[in-house]
Amino acid sequence: MHIPDGMLATPVWLALDAAALPAVAWVARRAQREGEEARAPLLGVMGAFVFAAQMVNFPVGAGTSGHLVGSALLAITLGPAAAVVVMTAILAIQALVFQDGGVLALGANVTNMALVGVLAGYLPYYWWGGGRWRRAAIFLGGFFSVLVAAVLAVAELRLSGVRIPGAIWWITLGFFAITAVLEGAITVAVAGGLEALGVGRVREPVAARPRRLLVVAVAAALLAAVGALAASTHPDVLEKLIESLGLAARAGGR
Amino acid sequence: MTPLIEVRDLRFRYEDGTLALDGVNFTLGAGETVALLGPNGSGKTTFVLHLNGLLAGEGTVSVCGMHIDKAHLPAVRRKVGLVFQDADEQLFMPTVLEDVCYGPLNLGLDPKEALAAAERTLRQVGVEHARDKAPYHLSAGEKRRVALAGVLAMQPEILVLDEPTTFLDPPGRRALVEVLRGLPQAKLIVTHDVWLARALARRAVFFEHGRIVADGVLEDVLARFAWDPATA
Amino acid sequence: MHHAVLDRWSRGASLLHARDARMKVLLLLAFLVAVATTPGFAPAHWAIYGGAVLAGVALARLPLPAVLFRAAVVLPFSMAFAGFSLLAGDSSRACALVAKSYLSAAAVLVVAGSTPLPKLLRALERLRVPAFLVLVVQFLYRYLFVISEQAQHMRLAAESRGGWRFRLAAGAVAVLFARSYARAESVHRAMLARGFQGTVAVLAPQRAGWQDWALLAAGLAAVAVLRFGPELL
Repeated sequence: MHIPDGMLATPVWLALDAAALPAVAWVARRAQREGEEARAPLLGVMGAFVFAAQMVNFPVGAGTSGHLVGSALLAITLGPAAAVVVMTAILAIQALVFQDGGVLALGANVTNMALVGVLAGYLPYYWWGGGRWRRAAIFLGGFFSVLVAAVLAVAELRLSGVRIPGAIWWITLGFFAITAVLEGAITVAVAGGLEALGVGRVREPVAARPRRLLVVAVAAALLAAVGALAASTHPDVLEKLIESLGLAARAGGR
Repeated sequence: MTPLIEVRDLRFRYEDGTLALDGVNFTLGAGETVALLGPNGSGKTTFVLHLNGLLAGEGTVSVCGMHIDKAHLPAVRRKVGLVFQDADEQLFMPTVLEDVCYGPLNLGLDPKEALAAAERTLRQVGVEHARDKAPYHLSAGEKRRVALAGVLAMQPEILVLDEPTTFLDPPGRRALVEVLRGLPQAKLIVTHDVWLARALARRAVFFEHGRIVADGVLEDVLARFAWDPATA
Repeated sequence: MHHAVLDRWSRGASLLHARDARMKVLLLLAFLVAVATTPGFAPAHWAIYGGAVLAGVALARLPLPAVLFRAAVVLPFSMAFAGFSLLAGDSSRACALVAKSYLSAAAVLVVAGSTPLPKLLRALERLRVPAFLVLVVQFLYRYLFVISEQAQHMRLAAESRGGWRFRLAAGAVAVLFARSYARAESVHRAMLARGFQGTVAVLAPQRAGWQDWALLAAGLAAVAVLRFGPELL
């Protein structure tokens, strides 16, 4: 769900650039100050790994196959902060070298996949990864990282005025759900593979600042809820939302 | 005459408990070229990683009279130039020129001097034509020589090469030997390539189970362990 | 590999190739903003933008058909939503989605095709993108090809032994992970061996020449004319 340029409304892409890019810059600068520049080769190489892994096809029968996105896998093996930086690097390369996703739309794509996607991929593991629900937690991480990112993307398009007819929306949602299930399954399978290798790279679920994470989590959940709402085809809800935004802009801007 | 390298009773155990080095004693004199022979897993690579402080075990390792400890690490890494087995892991900068400049820049040379050093050593190893290329465009032989250039640009006194002829075709091997022959530094060469050892070294040490079990004339060591595939 | 093509183009020679990457980045952003902010159904406007892109392709001496083809990678996504818009009765938006996404992709291609990625990254760093992030992207790009090749080899090896299945794919990706992680540790060791002490020193950056400033000034003026010209006329 890499959104190209020229599709989002200016307030949408501008707001997301203004919010997401400084956020990532902050994470990156913190990593640098904490003497973690030695981590740059690790994050870069693991980014290359995810890229390569994204091209591996996982056969699921009937001639179709799924692919790994990787936000959740990165989050549980390298930690959420590193995962944010790696996913952003991947998105940047995808935009510049592969024209997969726009340049102005980077803020939106980074928000969806590198920020919210990583968080959604990490939180289930953080909360439930330590016990006997470990595999389920990893699955949920993969599942939500993709589902939330996709729904947000559609919400952003919707907010930009791109209409999706009712029936199509449910089909798209179904498609997202399937992709999300695949991501969950693939993430669990790869994590299992890592454990079998005895590589032991899957971290213990420990977070530094639980409260801050909780705030961000709630914010992300709210965002996702708004996104889902906005993405629905209940025109009255959406029009009211846009109206209220428009009213607000008119009142403040003049 | 202080030996260039002096290793006394070096022991090293990996995190998982495997004993990789079990009391290694070794000296390297000025201008010597020594071949490090031995079966896979006998500790050769682990040993050379101690020579510039990448690994630290028990016992003492001294380079040019300096003990290897935290304070001396930068100086040691200036003296000992290590060329790794996998050139792809050593050429990590986007272009050849930037990669060869990496070492000199870290030593504090200003960009102009670093550039001059890089161009000099690229010419020395014969890959100046590749200066603006990305590393993955190079052949295995070219990569190996660029890695060597990157190390030479730091003007080390000791060159350590880990399996330098891996993946090289015969012309590549010959080119590498030519270059190495012309270098004045003392050399330690980990290798399975008997032809290379013969071309460059008179002395050899033989590793087995983390220990040096033989140290002497190359031909004698080869004969004693039946290490030459042509005559085994 | 796709990026091999772009890599080759970017190492070519042309007037555009020779220009300072920072100018090209700034001009690209200006152009993208112009396209993105052009409202409604504006085919004349889009045609003018298209002309600008073609001029860029010519200036950079890139193969036009290949560029047009590569830029089309955005079309599946934008055409899908264009289709939805059509179904919902909004044909002007449908056209806008396709036109603007394609123009934007082509513009990025002109810049990426005339600037080697390391130079582009160096420019971004000088334009205040955090150095750590740029470094990560640099390492990513360096090892992208190597690791992708490894993945391909694993696939070939598995297929020649009887087939590629889900379980196998997961195991292969896990192995790829482990090998990549080990590779990263080796790279770090190689950096230490050559004196790495915490910061990556760089060669002196290129200074901008008068041609670069001229390009920036003329380019920004041109973009302003392109964006607002048709409205004023």
